[in-house]
Amino acid sequence: MKKLSARRRHPLAALVVLLLALAATGGLYAAFAPAEKAQADTSAQSLAIDEGKKLFAVGCSSCHGLNGQGSTDGPSLVGVGSAAVDFQVGTGRMPAQQPGAQVPRKKVIYNQAEIDQLAAYVASLGPGPVTPTKEQYTSTNPDDVSKGGELFRTNCAQCHNFAGQGGALTKGKYAPSLESVDAKHIYEAMQTGPQNMPSFPDTTMPEEQKKQIVAFVRHTANDEPNPGGLTLGSLGPVTEGLFGWIFGLGALIAVAIWVAAHTTKAKKS
Amino acid sequence: MPEEKLPEAHDASQGHEVAPHSDPFADPGLPAHEPRRTDIDERAAKRAERQVSLMFVVSMLATIGFIASYVIFPIDKIVFIFPIGHVSALNFALGLTLGVALFCIGAGAVHWARTLMSDHELPAERHPIEADDEVRNDVIEQFKTGAAESGFGRRKMIRNTLIGSMALVPLSGVVLLRDLGPLPEKKLDHTGWQKATPANPIPLINMNTNEPMKAEDIVIGSLTFAKPEGLEESDEDFQQNIAKDALMLVRIAPEDIKDKNSAELGFGGILAYSKICTHVGCPISLYEQQTHHALCPCHQSTFDLADGARVIFGPAGHPLPQLKITIDEKGFLVATGDFDEPVGPSFWERS
Repeated sequence: MKKLSARRRHPLAALVVLLLALAATGGLYAAFAPAEKAQADTSAQSLAIDEGKKLFAVGCSSCHGLNGQGSTDGPSLVGVGSAAVDFQVGTGRMPAQQPGAQVPRKKVIYNQAEIDQLAAYVASLGPGPVTPTKEQYTSTNPDDVSKGGELFRTNCAQCHNFAGQGGALTKGKYAPSLESVDAKHIYEAMQTGPQNMPSFPDTTMPEEQKKQIVAFVRHTANDEPNPGGLTLGSLGPVTEGLFGWIFGLGALIAVAIWVAAHTTKAKKS
Repeated sequence: MPEEKLPEAHDASQGHEVAPHSDPFADPGLPAHEPRRTDIDERAAKRAERQVSLMFVVSMLATIGFIASYVIFPIDKIVFIFPIGHVSALNFALGLTLGVALFCIGAGAVHWARTLMSDHELPAERHPIEADDEVRNDVIEQFKTGAAESGFGRRKMIRNTLIGSMALVPLSGVVLLRDLGPLPEKKLDHTGWQKATPANPIPLINMNTNEPMKAEDIVIGSLTFAKPEGLEESDEDFQQNIAKDALMLVRIAPEDIKDKNSAELGFGGILAYSKICTHVGCPISLYEQQTHHALCPCHQSTFDLADGARVIFGPAGHPLPQLKITIDEKGFLVATGDFDEPVGPSFWERS
């Protein structure tokens, strides 16, 4: 006792008392709180749906309607599933900044827990594609890269370019670059077909093939070295030709001018 | 430069001083010749000689380096080189050594010409292009004599037959153009789907899974590529055939399909269009699922798949041909006939 009272004027004494008081309050609450009330929230899932509904009302309902039924400003979310929410909100496309030909990828404003809650709420509106698990989009088989490459060239390269660099579409729309896109988000985009991208459901492109495509895209964007040095955007002959004309021929012209400027009538060296 | 080595006066034969200001239009002539350092200083000349030889030697070494790196570096070796990043060691070494070898030859030659080769200005006067009168009169005389001796103007039969034979000779060239043929005959009119009949339909095979598809597999907003059953990638002529047979399958909500005929060719909103652009035959499948536009990446021809693949922009001349599809008794999607018009770009014999 003497030890305690000796230190009662210590600068941290107040903090210790405060912590003890908090612990006591929490303990008492846990002991005496009515049991029925704790059981009312049956599962984590329904809690998430509840939280998600609140977030939805604040962030999404002005366009998608109070119950996600859609309005003139935004499509109905019934049946889009949790994968669509995880993709759209997880890449920052939603909430949209302004209407336009395309909603671009931007800074993500919700954290993953909030995104999961929103996804749980939207999934509760109607059945749809479910957010994939890590095993679904993480490939362990090295053959997957080459198989995914074939599938990518058949299904994706026409819009996203052979190296996943993206490309232009009609009237200001574009296929975005796949560089630095999360494996999960690539998988979800194939499942749900965001914006003008067509979807590739499991019935026509089985899960395994989606995993292979993800493996190929991640390999191309992350690991594949570029044997010639500069990629020039991997856009093919346009940038390469431009580079050749401007820098290649430009260097030759500069040398020719330099040589000519130092002969006969010009000032001698 | 050592003073004592400078020439006493300019050499009169190598040009003269600028004309006096009293006559501004007089021929100014060449400026006075100024000797180069290497012309008057033997040490400088020797140094330049060594520099030129050094560049040629560097070029030789670089060529040897080129051959050596071709032998040394394995084709798949990747190295990190700042600031380029990860590059193929072989590509980098070959490019660098060959570049140095060629550059040093050029630089050496230029340095040689500038410092050691003769530096004297040599004016080349312009002369009239035409020959002088004497030569011209002689030629005209010879021509007249020749014409008179040949009797070209007198013997009209020879003259006319000569003109005739000369006029006909170019025709052989025209006939040789036939070798560009043969004409495509009916090969472009039909595709691999032509064997399909209502009694004997051909199933549509998903190009990803190599399996036939059911109608419910194709959901609204999805895009699927298909080929006729029996066409395998291992076939020798696969590439030629898939260039005509390739299909893109889209499903559009029936109320969104504007062209009634197009809706009837499809099945429950599933439409099977040729994947080959009707402009110059690029594979076209940049499908936008909200607008139902398909865009060709080559020349931006845009087709409205909800409206019978009508051309709404770009140089394409025809809508995309559509294949009539239905389901068989097991529910698999099948085609019951060929496209009703040739797929791909226009050609002269297109019916």
